[in-house]
Amino acid sequence: MKDLLRDLDRWRKQGKRVALARVVDIEGSGPREPGAAMAVSEDGEVIGSVSGGCVESAVVTEALDVLATGARRMVSFGYSDDDAFAVGLTCGGTVHLFLEPLDW
Amino acid sequence: MAAASFDALRDAVRAHRPAVLVTVVDGPGAGDKLLLVEGDEPAGSLADPDLDRVVRRDAAASLAAGATSVRRYGAYGEANENTVTVFFESYAPPPRFIIFGAVDFTAALVRVAKVLGYHVTVCDAREVFATTARFPLADEVIVDWPQRLLEKVGATLGPRDAVCVLTHDVKFDVPAIVAALRTDVGYLGAMGSRRTTEQRADRLRAEGVTDAELTRLMAPIGLDLGARTPEETAVAICAEIIANRTGTAAPSLRTADGPIHR
Repeated sequence: MKDLLRDLDRWRKQGKRVALARVVDIEGSGPREPGAAMAVSEDGEVIGSVSGGCVESAVVTEALDVLATGARRMVSFGYSDDDAFAVGLTCGGTVHLFLEPLDW
Repeated sequence: MAAASFDALRDAVRAHRPAVLVTVVDGPGAGDKLLLVEGDEPAGSLADPDLDRVVRRDAAASLAAGATSVRRYGAYGEANENTVTVFFESYAPPPRFIIFGAVDFTAALVRVAKVLGYHVTVCDAREVFATTARFPLADEVIVDWPQRLLEKVGATLGPRDAVCVLTHDVKFDVPAIVAALRTDVGYLGAMGSRRTTEQRADRLRAEGVTDAELTRLMAPIGLDLGARTPEETAVAICAEIIANRTGTAAPSLRTADGPIHR
Protein backbone atom coordinates (compact mmCIF):
# COMPACT_ATOMS: atom_id res chain seq x y z
CA MET A 1 0.00 0.00 0.00
CA LYS A 2 3.06 2.21 0.35
CA ASP A 3 2.89 3.45 -3.25
CA LEU A 4 -0.73 4.51 -2.74
CA LEU A 5 -0.27 6.62 0.37
CA ARG A 6 0.21 9.92 -1.46
CA ASP A 7 -2.92 9.53 -3.61
CA LEU A 8 -4.94 8.17 -0.69
CA ASP A 9 -3.93 11.21 1.33
CA ARG A 10 -5.07 13.51 -1.48
CA TRP A 11 -8.43 11.75 -1.80
CA ARG A 12 -9.01 11.96 1.94
CA LYS A 13 -8.16 15.66 1.95
CA GLN A 14 -10.69 16.12 -0.87
CA GLY A 15 -13.26 14.42 1.38
CA LYS A 16 -13.74 11.47 -0.97
CA ARG A 17 -14.90 8.14 0.36
CA VAL A 18 -12.43 5.40 -0.56
CA ALA A 19 -12.42 1.59 -0.55
CA LEU A 20 -9.12 -0.18 -0.07
CA ALA A 21 -8.32 -3.68 -1.39
CA ARG A 22 -5.15 -5.37 -0.15
CA VAL A 23 -3.63 -8.71 -1.13
CA VAL A 24 -3.25 -10.53 2.19
CA ASP A 25 -2.38 -14.03 0.99
CA ILE A 26 -1.58 -15.93 -2.17
CA GLU A 27 -1.56 -19.64 -2.91
CA GLY A 28 0.53 -21.04 -5.69
CA SER A 29 1.79 -18.66 -8.30
CA GLY A 30 0.63 -15.07 -7.97
CA PRO A 31 1.86 -11.98 -9.77
CA ARG A 32 1.77 -9.66 -6.77
CA GLU A 33 2.96 -10.25 -3.22
CA PRO A 34 0.87 -9.72 -0.07
CA GLY A 35 0.75 -5.99 0.60
CA ALA A 36 -0.05 -5.11 -3.02
CA ALA A 37 -3.04 -2.81 -2.93
CA MET A 38 -5.65 -1.06 -4.99
CA ALA A 39 -7.97 1.73 -4.00
CA VAL A 40 -11.20 2.94 -5.55
CA SER A 41 -12.75 6.32 -4.85
CA GLU A 42 -16.49 6.93 -4.68
CA ASP A 43 -16.37 8.54 -8.13
CA GLY A 44 -14.76 5.41 -9.60
CA GLU A 45 -11.12 6.51 -9.82
CA VAL A 46 -8.71 3.60 -9.38
CA ILE A 47 -5.11 3.53 -8.18
CA GLY A 48 -2.72 0.62 -7.68
CA SER A 49 -3.08 -3.00 -8.73
CA VAL A 50 -3.44 -6.40 -7.11
CA SER A 51 -2.63 -8.77 -9.97
CA GLY A 52 -1.22 -8.69 -13.46
CA GLY A 53 -4.52 -7.22 -14.59
CA CYS A 54 -6.60 -10.43 -14.43
CA VAL A 55 -8.89 -9.52 -11.55
CA GLU A 56 -8.72 -5.73 -11.34
CA SER A 57 -12.11 -5.01 -12.86
CA ALA A 58 -13.81 -7.53 -10.57
CA VAL A 59 -12.05 -5.90 -7.60
CA VAL A 60 -13.36 -2.48 -8.65
CA THR A 61 -16.90 -3.88 -8.67
CA GLU A 62 -16.42 -5.36 -5.18
CA ALA A 63 -14.83 -2.14 -3.94
CA LEU A 64 -17.74 0.00 -5.13
CA ASP A 65 -20.07 -2.42 -3.34
CA VAL A 66 -17.98 -2.03 -0.17
CA LEU A 67 -18.48 1.74 -0.47
CA ALA A 68 -22.21 1.35 -1.08
CA THR A 69 -22.84 -1.06 1.79
CA GLY A 70 -19.95 -0.23 4.15
CA ALA A 71 -19.40 -3.99 4.53
CA ARG A 72 -15.76 -5.04 4.68
CA ARG A 73 -15.01 -8.51 3.34
CA MET A 74 -12.49 -11.10 2.20
CA VAL A 75 -12.63 -11.94 -1.51
CA SER A 76 -10.68 -14.69 -3.26
CA PHE A 77 -9.95 -15.12 -6.92
CA GLY A 78 -8.41 -18.20 -8.40
CA TYR A 79 -8.55 -21.07 -10.78
CA SER A 80 -9.86 -23.21 -7.95
CA ASP A 81 -13.16 -21.29 -7.94
CA ASP A 82 -16.22 -23.52 -8.22
CA ASP A 83 -17.30 -21.64 -11.29
CA ALA A 84 -14.64 -22.42 -13.87
CA PHE A 85 -15.74 -19.43 -15.91
CA ALA A 86 -15.47 -17.00 -13.02
CA VAL A 87 -12.86 -14.29 -13.03
CA GLY A 88 -9.52 -15.81 -12.09
CA LEU A 89 -5.78 -15.61 -12.41
CA THR A 90 -4.36 -17.01 -15.62
CA CYS A 91 -1.25 -18.11 -13.73
CA GLY A 92 -3.25 -20.74 -11.84
CA GLY A 93 -2.78 -19.28 -8.38
CA THR A 94 -5.31 -18.00 -5.88
CA VAL A 95 -5.21 -14.51 -4.43
CA HIS A 96 -7.00 -13.54 -1.21
CA LEU A 97 -7.96 -9.90 -0.83
CA PHE A 98 -9.28 -7.88 2.08
CA LEU A 99 -11.56 -5.01 1.13
CA GLU A 100 -12.62 -2.28 3.51
CA PRO A 101 -13.68 1.33 3.56
CA LEU A 102 -10.72 3.60 4.32
CA ASP A 103 -12.47 5.15 7.30
CA TRP A 104 -9.76 4.69 9.91
CA MET B 1 -4.95 5.06 23.64
CA ALA B 2 -4.39 6.43 20.14
CA ALA B 3 -6.20 4.68 17.29
CA ALA B 4 -4.32 2.96 14.48
CA SER B 5 -5.02 5.69 11.95
CA PHE B 6 -4.16 6.14 8.30
CA ASP B 7 -2.58 9.49 9.18
CA ALA B 8 -0.21 7.89 11.70
CA LEU B 9 0.78 5.24 9.14
CA ARG B 10 1.35 7.88 6.45
CA ASP B 11 3.50 9.97 8.81
CA ALA B 12 5.64 6.96 9.78
CA VAL B 13 6.22 5.96 6.14
CA ARG B 14 7.05 9.55 5.17
CA ALA B 15 9.58 9.76 7.97
CA HIS B 16 11.13 6.44 6.80
CA ARG B 17 10.30 4.86 10.16
CA PRO B 18 9.74 1.09 10.12
CA ALA B 19 6.11 0.23 10.89
CA VAL B 20 3.68 -2.69 10.89
CA LEU B 21 -0.03 -2.25 10.21
CA VAL B 22 -2.00 -5.14 11.70
CA THR B 23 -5.55 -5.76 10.42
CA VAL B 24 -8.03 -8.43 11.47
CA VAL B 25 -9.26 -9.52 8.04
CA ASP B 26 -11.54 -12.45 8.93
CA GLY B 27 -13.44 -13.63 11.98
CA PRO B 28 -14.70 -11.68 15.01
CA GLY B 29 -13.47 -8.08 15.04
CA ALA B 30 -12.76 -7.97 11.28
CA GLY B 31 -11.41 -4.52 10.45
CA ASP B 32 -9.79 -4.01 13.89
CA LYS B 33 -6.29 -2.59 13.67
CA LEU B 34 -3.03 -2.13 15.49
CA LEU B 35 -0.24 0.12 14.29
CA LEU B 36 3.25 -0.51 15.58
CA VAL B 37 5.86 2.11 14.68
CA GLU B 38 9.43 1.41 15.74
CA GLY B 39 10.21 3.20 18.98
CA ASP B 40 6.57 4.13 19.73
CA GLU B 41 3.87 2.56 21.86
CA PRO B 42 1.48 0.47 19.72
CA ALA B 43 -1.69 2.31 18.66
CA GLY B 44 -5.10 0.66 18.60
CA SER B 45 -6.25 -2.59 20.18
CA LEU B 46 -8.02 -5.82 19.32
CA ALA B 47 -11.30 -6.91 20.88
CA ASP B 48 -9.97 -9.70 23.09
CA PRO B 49 -7.14 -8.83 25.52
CA ASP B 50 -5.41 -12.20 25.09
CA LEU B 51 -5.61 -12.03 21.30
CA ASP B 52 -4.34 -8.45 21.54
CA ARG B 53 -1.32 -9.55 23.59
CA VAL B 54 -0.38 -12.41 21.23
CA VAL B 55 -0.85 -10.27 18.12
CA ARG B 56 1.28 -7.45 19.58
CA ARG B 57 4.07 -9.94 20.17
CA ASP B 58 3.81 -11.19 16.58
CA ALA B 59 3.62 -7.59 15.29
CA ALA B 60 6.93 -6.83 17.02
CA ALA B 61 8.47 -9.88 15.34
CA SER B 62 7.13 -8.78 11.93
CA LEU B 63 8.55 -5.31 12.51
CA ALA B 64 11.99 -6.71 13.31
CA ALA B 65 11.96 -8.99 10.26
CA GLY B 66 10.27 -6.52 7.91
CA ALA B 67 7.90 -9.38 7.09
CA THR B 68 4.40 -9.20 5.58
CA SER B 69 2.20 -12.25 6.23
CA VAL B 70 -1.14 -13.62 7.47
CA ARG B 71 -1.48 -15.56 10.70
CA ARG B 72 -4.44 -17.39 12.14
CA TYR B 73 -5.46 -17.63 15.78
CA GLY B 74 -8.26 -18.77 18.04
CA ALA B 75 -10.68 -16.12 19.31
CA TYR B 76 -8.49 -15.72 22.42
CA GLY B 77 -5.17 -15.79 20.60
CA GLU B 78 -4.64 -19.55 20.67
CA ALA B 79 -2.11 -20.97 18.25
CA ASN B 80 -3.09 -23.67 15.74
CA GLU B 81 -6.64 -22.38 15.50
CA ASN B 82 -8.47 -20.77 12.68
CA THR B 83 -11.13 -18.42 14.03
CA VAL B 84 -9.35 -15.11 13.46
CA THR B 85 -7.22 -14.23 10.43
CA VAL B 86 -4.79 -11.36 10.96
CA PHE B 87 -2.78 -9.58 8.27
CA PHE B 88 0.60 -8.13 9.26
CA GLU B 89 1.79 -5.59 6.71
CA SER B 90 5.35 -4.31 7.15
CA TYR B 91 6.43 -0.92 5.96
CA ALA B 92 10.20 -1.05 5.88
CA PRO B 93 12.10 2.12 4.97
CA PRO B 94 13.69 1.95 1.52
CA PRO B 95 16.98 0.07 1.33
CA ARG B 96 20.06 2.24 0.92
CA PHE B 97 22.25 2.44 -2.17
CA ILE B 98 25.56 4.27 -1.77
CA ILE B 99 27.63 5.08 -4.84
CA PHE B 100 31.22 6.21 -4.37
CA GLY B 101 32.52 8.15 -7.34
CA ALA B 102 30.69 10.89 -9.25
CA VAL B 103 31.55 9.55 -12.71
CA ASP B 104 29.70 9.01 -16.01
CA PHE B 105 28.31 5.66 -14.87
CA THR B 106 26.99 7.13 -11.64
CA ALA B 107 24.08 9.10 -13.11
CA ALA B 108 22.74 6.02 -14.90
CA LEU B 109 23.17 3.88 -11.79
CA VAL B 110 21.28 6.46 -9.72
CA ARG B 111 18.37 6.27 -12.17
CA VAL B 112 18.14 2.48 -12.18
CA ALA B 113 18.53 2.27 -8.39
CA LYS B 114 15.69 4.78 -7.99
CA VAL B 115 13.46 2.66 -10.23
CA LEU B 116 14.15 -0.26 -7.88
CA GLY B 117 13.08 1.79 -4.88
CA TYR B 118 16.40 2.54 -3.19
CA HIS B 119 17.30 5.62 -1.18
CA VAL B 120 20.36 6.68 -3.19
CA THR B 121 23.44 8.52 -1.94
CA VAL B 122 26.25 9.70 -4.23
CA CYS B 123 29.53 10.44 -2.47
CA ASP B 124 32.72 11.87 -3.95
CA ALA B 125 35.48 13.92 -2.35
CA ARG B 126 35.68 16.18 -5.39
CA GLU B 127 33.37 19.15 -4.99
CA VAL B 128 33.29 19.93 -8.71
CA PHE B 129 31.82 16.53 -9.60
CA ALA B 130 29.60 15.77 -6.61
CA THR B 131 26.73 18.16 -7.33
CA THR B 132 22.96 17.75 -7.23
CA ALA B 133 22.85 19.32 -10.70
CA ARG B 134 24.70 16.29 -12.09
CA PHE B 135 22.63 13.78 -10.08
CA PRO B 136 19.17 15.32 -9.78
CA LEU B 137 17.51 11.99 -8.94
CA ALA B 138 19.86 11.14 -6.05
CA ASP B 139 18.35 11.51 -2.59
CA GLU B 140 21.68 12.86 -1.31
CA VAL B 141 24.88 14.07 -2.93
CA ILE B 142 27.69 14.25 -0.40
CA VAL B 143 31.13 15.81 -0.81
CA ASP B 144 33.35 13.75 1.45
CA TRP B 145 35.82 10.90 1.53
CA PRO B 146 34.09 7.50 1.31
CA GLN B 147 35.62 6.16 4.51
CA ARG B 148 34.40 9.23 6.42
CA LEU B 149 30.83 8.78 5.15
CA LEU B 150 30.97 5.08 6.11
CA GLU B 151 32.25 5.98 9.58
CA LYS B 152 28.99 7.89 10.01
CA VAL B 153 26.43 5.60 8.35
CA GLY B 154 28.22 2.23 8.13
CA ALA B 155 26.63 0.84 11.31
CA THR B 156 23.15 1.34 9.82
CA LEU B 157 23.85 -0.69 6.66
CA GLY B 158 22.36 -4.18 6.45
CA PRO B 159 21.63 -7.07 4.10
CA ARG B 160 19.14 -5.09 1.94
CA ASP B 161 21.62 -2.28 1.27
CA ALA B 162 24.26 -1.87 -1.44
CA VAL B 163 27.58 -0.06 -1.82
CA CYS B 164 29.03 0.45 -5.31
CA VAL B 165 32.53 1.82 -5.77
CA LEU B 166 32.89 3.43 -9.19
CA THR B 167 35.83 5.78 -8.58
CA HIS B 168 38.38 3.92 -10.75
CA ASP B 169 41.03 5.44 -8.50
CA VAL B 170 42.85 3.38 -5.87
CA LYS B 171 43.35 6.50 -3.78
CA PHE B 172 39.57 6.57 -3.22
CA ASP B 173 38.39 3.04 -3.79
CA VAL B 174 40.81 1.11 -1.56
CA PRO B 175 39.83 3.00 1.63
CA ALA B 176 36.17 2.90 0.55
CA ILE B 177 36.23 -0.89 0.15
CA VAL B 178 38.16 -1.42 3.39
CA ALA B 179 35.55 0.68 5.24
CA ALA B 180 32.60 -1.02 3.50
CA LEU B 181 33.96 -4.48 4.42
CA ARG B 182 33.64 -3.46 8.09
CA THR B 183 29.88 -3.02 7.63
CA ASP B 184 27.11 -5.60 7.23
CA VAL B 185 26.14 -4.22 3.82
CA GLY B 186 24.53 -6.94 1.71
CA TYR B 187 26.19 -6.02 -1.58
CA LEU B 188 29.60 -4.54 -2.21
CA GLY B 189 30.84 -4.09 -5.78
CA ALA B 190 33.72 -2.24 -7.39
CA MET B 191 34.15 -1.19 -11.01
CA GLY B 192 37.30 -1.71 -13.01
CA SER B 193 38.96 -3.86 -15.63
CA ARG B 194 40.31 -7.27 -14.70
CA ARG B 195 43.80 -5.74 -14.42
CA THR B 196 42.53 -2.97 -12.13
CA THR B 197 40.65 -5.57 -10.11
CA GLU B 198 43.79 -7.67 -9.60
CA GLN B 199 45.93 -4.68 -8.67
CA ARG B 200 43.26 -3.44 -6.30
CA ALA B 201 43.01 -6.88 -4.66
CA ASP B 202 46.78 -6.77 -4.03
CA ARG B 203 46.47 -3.34 -2.44
CA LEU B 204 43.52 -4.48 -0.34
CA ARG B 205 45.54 -7.47 0.92
CA ALA B 206 48.38 -5.09 1.74
CA GLU B 207 45.86 -3.11 3.82
CA GLY B 208 45.13 -6.28 5.80
CA VAL B 209 42.00 -7.46 3.96
CA THR B 210 41.79 -11.26 4.11
CA ASP B 211 40.93 -13.54 1.20
CA ALA B 212 37.71 -14.46 2.99
CA GLU B 213 36.74 -10.79 3.14
CA LEU B 214 37.65 -10.36 -0.51
CA THR B 215 35.04 -12.94 -1.50
CA ARG B 216 32.39 -10.39 -0.45
CA LEU B 217 33.65 -7.96 -3.08
CA MET B 218 31.92 -8.26 -6.45
CA ALA B 219 34.65 -7.06 -8.80
CA PRO B 220 34.59 -6.52 -11.68
CA ILE B 221 31.12 -5.27 -10.79
CA GLY B 222 27.96 -6.53 -12.49
CA LEU B 223 26.44 -9.46 -14.32
CA ASP B 224 28.02 -10.47 -17.60
CA LEU B 225 25.33 -9.00 -19.86
CA GLY B 226 27.70 -7.58 -22.47
CA ALA B 227 26.75 -4.11 -21.22
CA ARG B 228 28.52 -1.16 -22.86
CA THR B 229 26.70 2.06 -22.13
CA PRO B 230 26.39 3.56 -18.63
CA GLU B 231 22.67 2.65 -18.63
CA GLU B 232 23.32 -0.97 -19.63
CA THR B 233 26.09 -1.19 -17.06
CA ALA B 234 23.71 0.14 -14.41
CA VAL B 235 21.26 -2.64 -15.29
CA ALA B 236 24.06 -5.24 -15.12
CA ILE B 237 25.03 -3.97 -11.65
CA CYS B 238 21.48 -3.87 -10.31
CA ALA B 239 20.73 -7.30 -11.80
CA GLU B 240 23.73 -8.67 -9.90
CA ILE B 241 22.47 -7.05 -6.69
CA ILE B 242 19.09 -8.73 -7.14
CA ALA B 243 20.65 -12.11 -7.97
CA ASN B 244 22.93 -11.88 -4.91
CA ARG B 245 20.09 -10.97 -2.59
CA THR B 246 17.86 -13.75 -3.86
CA GLY B 247 20.70 -16.29 -3.97
CA THR B 248 20.00 -16.96 -7.63
CA ALA B 249 22.72 -18.30 -9.89
CA ALA B 250 23.26 -15.73 -12.62
CA PRO B 251 26.56 -15.46 -14.43
CA SER B 252 28.68 -12.69 -12.95
CA LEU B 253 31.74 -11.20 -14.63
CA ARG B 254 33.76 -12.43 -11.67
CA THR B 255 33.00 -16.05 -12.53
CA ALA B 256 34.20 -15.78 -16.17
CA ASP B 257 37.57 -15.17 -17.83
CA GLY B 258 38.49 -12.89 -20.69
CA PRO B 259 37.85 -9.24 -21.45
CA ILE B 260 34.77 -7.54 -20.04
CA HIS B 261 33.98 -5.74 -23.30
CA ARG B 262 33.48 -8.15 -26.18
